[in-house]
Amino acid sequence: MLLAIATLTPFLGAVVPLLTGRLGRDICAIATGAVTLTALLLVISQAPAVYSGEVVTWGVPWVPAIGLSFSFFLDGLGLFFAGLILGIGLLIILYARYYLGSKDSLSVLYFYLMLFQGAMVGIVLSDNILMLIVFWELTSLTSFLLIGYWRHLPESRQGARMALVVTGSGGLALIAGMLILGHIAGSYEITEILQRGEQVRSSPLFLPALLLILLGAFTKSAQFPFHFWLPHAMAAPTPVSAYLHSATMVKAGLFLMARLWPVFSPADVWFLIVTPVGLITMLVAAWIALFRDDLKALLAFSTVSHLGLVTMLLGFATPMAAITAVFHILNHATFKAALFMSAGIVDHETGTRDIRRLGGLAAMMPITATLAMVAAASMAGLPFFNGFLSKEMMLEEASHTAILGHPWVIPVLVTLASLISAAYSYRFAISTFLGPVRDDYPKKPHDPPVGMWLPVAILAALVVVIGIFPAQTAGAIVERTARAVVGEPLPKYYLALWHGFTPALFMSITALLGGAFLFRSYDAANRLRLVFSSMDAKSIFDAAISGLIRGSRGFIDATHNGSFPRYAGTTLLTILAAGTVGFFSAPYTSGARPAIPGEFPAAAAWLVLAALCISLLFWHQNRLLSLIMTSGIGLIAALFFLQFSAPDLSLTQISVDIVTTILLLLALNLIPQTSPQETSTGGRFARGLVAAAVGIGVAALAYAIMTRDFQPISDYYLAEAKPGGGGTNVVNVILVDFRGFDTYGEIIVLGIAAITIFALLDNALRGAAARTLAGIRSDREQSVNAHPMMLVVATRVLFPLVLVVAVFIFLRGHNEPGGGFVSGLVVAIALIMQYIASGYSWAADRMRLGSHILIGAGVLIAGLTGVVSLIFGWPFLTSTYTYVELPLVGEFEVASAMSFDLGVFLAVVGVVMLSLAQISRVEARAEPEVIPEGPMDVPLIDGQVVSSKNNRS
Amino acid sequence: MELIVSSAIGFMTAAAVYLILQKRTFPIVVGLTLLSYAVNIFLFSSGRLVVNQPPIITGAESYTDPLPQALVLTAIVISFGMTALIVVLAIRGFLETATDTADLPEDEWDDETETRS
Repeated sequence: MLLAIATLTPFLGAVVPLLTGRLGRDICAIATGAVTLTALLLVISQAPAVYSGEVVTWGVPWVPAIGLSFSFFLDGLGLFFAGLILGIGLLIILYARYYLGSKDSLSVLYFYLMLFQGAMVGIVLSDNILMLIVFWELTSLTSFLLIGYWRHLPESRQGARMALVVTGSGGLALIAGMLILGHIAGSYEITEILQRGEQVRSSPLFLPALLLILLGAFTKSAQFPFHFWLPHAMAAPTPVSAYLHSATMVKAGLFLMARLWPVFSPADVWFLIVTPVGLITMLVAAWIALFRDDLKALLAFSTVSHLGLVTMLLGFATPMAAITAVFHILNHATFKAALFMSAGIVDHETGTRDIRRLGGLAAMMPITATLAMVAAASMAGLPFFNGFLSKEMMLEEASHTAILGHPWVIPVLVTLASLISAAYSYRFAISTFLGPVRDDYPKKPHDPPVGMWLPVAILAALVVVIGIFPAQTAGAIVERTARAVVGEPLPKYYLALWHGFTPALFMSITALLGGAFLFRSYDAANRLRLVFSSMDAKSIFDAAISGLIRGSRGFIDATHNGSFPRYAGTTLLTILAAGTVGFFSAPYTSGARPAIPGEFPAAAAWLVLAALCISLLFWHQNRLLSLIMTSGIGLIAALFFLQFSAPDLSLTQISVDIVTTILLLLALNLIPQTSPQETSTGGRFARGLVAAAVGIGVAALAYAIMTRDFQPISDYYLAEAKPGGGGTNVVNVILVDFRGFDTYGEIIVLGIAAITIFALLDNALRGAAARTLAGIRSDREQSVNAHPMMLVVATRVLFPLVLVVAVFIFLRGHNEPGGGFVSGLVVAIALIMQYIASGYSWAADRMRLGSHILIGAGVLIAGLTGVVSLIFGWPFLTSTYTYVELPLVGEFEVASAMSFDLGVFLAVVGVVMLSLAQISRVEARAEPEVIPEGPMDVPLIDGQVVSSKNNRS
Repeated sequence: MELIVSSAIGFMTAAAVYLILQKRTFPIVVGLTLLSYAVNIFLFSSGRLVVNQPPIITGAESYTDPLPQALVLTAIVISFGMTALIVVLAIRGFLETATDTADLPEDEWDDETETRS
């Protein structure tokens, strides 16, 4: 529980700096520091338990179905890293208080820092690897914010973006790797996975999991060839660089490798990947660091080099190397954070970080110079400083590690790397602080306020104390941490200054002296470097990114060029390709279901349908004709449903076919009546080819399905329709009862569609639309007899009859073909006929109930039916029924589902009416002349019937 | 019979696809309507073709599968809603731009690409 609180404290505490920001910088810094201190104390309070050998765990399930739990655990490794993150975090908060200029918002920086801190603590304390990934991604995001803190600077933004791209893509690989790892281990808890190393390593998926996880770790820890993002991230304010890029975030990759070390390291492939990567990184980055003139860039590459060192040690896969790795992480964190902060002080006080413009600062800022030189000595690996100890141990390990049978490769290369490392450390210290005092510093240098050098002093003191008394100060921490990394008792080892005349000592001496020589002959080395003009990783990265952008833009422009046929064609061809691949990648056997013998009527209908389809291809430019042909196909579809035992579908199909045809006819009145011939013969041929391929594919698929037997799941519905749903028409019972929730959703969707139509057309009478309408009006020829009397009389006489039929269809729906959908469509057709026969204004005047109200009432009634069953304690939309005796009609049953069906009915009427009436309304505006008010268009003047022709003339 | 039905579905789909690949809005709308007819029949026939077996409880020996029927029934109604929405989009588009092509005019597209980059 305390662990969860410790992790969440920085997150919750992130608001503290924002709240206290107005109270002045001191209060803001103290309050923020208090949050970090709280988290630190919470973690330390568990230290006694951890140091007595316990593993503290706490967790609650989060999403058990995917293996995600909110679980934490604390062992030596977690405690070590949490202490590092929170302890150095405290120093950084103090340092940032003095570092940041008055124009920059301290509280915002603190806000980001706290979020970052929480994410880091989350990584090192998570037990669940899925949660670890979440925190991992959070560090990428918060570091993006931190690196881009000076958002007005372009290099700041670019650095932030590059860091996000590299660590973010590594994070994606990590997600995949972790998922595979959890899958093969059978658990997503690290504590469990650590127990199952054997099982994980024997899985065929082990190698992909390892590679993906290493990709995540290498990108985060800036290992070669992903080392290039870290120096660009130095555009961040120095406190951020010191925190993220020396002490914490870049160590997340190391942490992960150390965490999973017991699982991965016994595999040979681990050594063969991790060791060379670490070694190359160490060497290449040291070489680059030597020639950087910017203090922070030098430190950045030095950090990369040291991270490579630790990576290499972890790659050695021996317990001693693991101990050394832990010890070096600790030492590096102390001296490198101190160096970053010193570089920040120099920058702050002199106005430049360029080594070529510095020198002789020791006389003017003695405190800073002393502290920085102590830290640099540790980085060089001079005796009596902690860097010396872990470097010696590293050299010792390297001296007896052979790679691919070559015993000398690793010792020589690490000595060389140490040599270069010593050289750049000398350069950092000597060229900045020693030498003659200059008179051209951009600002007059002097030591900074106590608050700024105090954090450096604390770290420098640690450097010396650990350097002289390693066993007494760091012994217990290293012991417990390494124990947690290795996962079993450690071999005997001593942290001591003097190990005797070992090979490591000679390698160390060679490095220190050779480093001095290299530094002396810096100019010669620099010329050598210029011969091998190194590739700039940033330009490669930029080229890769812009190449990707160009590539995707080219792809988008080719497939997504604003042309609808292109979109549709791309989509169809993709589906076709997927289907074809699917078909040919599996053996085909024909189905065994006995075929139904063909009949003459079916063949006749087929001929008509085929003829209609083919005619459509040739005459679709005549839009009215194409509409009539489509409507004919719809009628054949209705016949099809009738033939194959689906009377309900047949009824619905006929009504929908009619309504759709009316709708499209109305629409055709407002848009051009013909399509121009725009496509070339080749274009038509290509379209025909795609169409034929899709048609053949669908036909084959349909045939394959229909000729195979299957086990329907409908027995339950057939058995329960009468006793459970109270109706014999199973289709209707399914709609209003078994799957009533679906239907409820369905009428809501219809309602939304209708309201969208209303919104689209309601304001279509203004602006550009109104001008187009005016154009249509002036072009149009109008029938002399717009509303023929025959039609008017027929529709009005038929109207009540149709309504009676609709009621009949509605009432029988539960037991016989019919129901709310069909009767709703029938009523809508009857109403629409009035609009067509007698004109929009005549019909609209007589519509007492708005279509909106019908839709709303329908959805409401259907919903209330469901709610009523809730009131009685049944699940939503449970239906019940009873029998009612009515005179004349006789006994019939009333099911509660009927009121649901009523809702469906009302909604359908409303939807159809709203859509069609809206189009008619726009259409009425396009009429050349106002249709006279009066029954059947017959104008009345002073109560006298006047012939419309007379009126017009 | 299966062959007749599946080839009919194929014909309808092919004609629908040909119409959908046209450049003007109205053929596309008609094509979509036709495609929804084809798809509805396709879905229905995934419940297999059955002749002379009622979906209504009458004491008959065997019944047809009512579930695809129920699903297709709502699909028919929904496809009407979709057709209505699309045709209204087409109308509004024509009224606003006085053209009924389904393509983005070249120059507008160029403007958009420029603001994107």
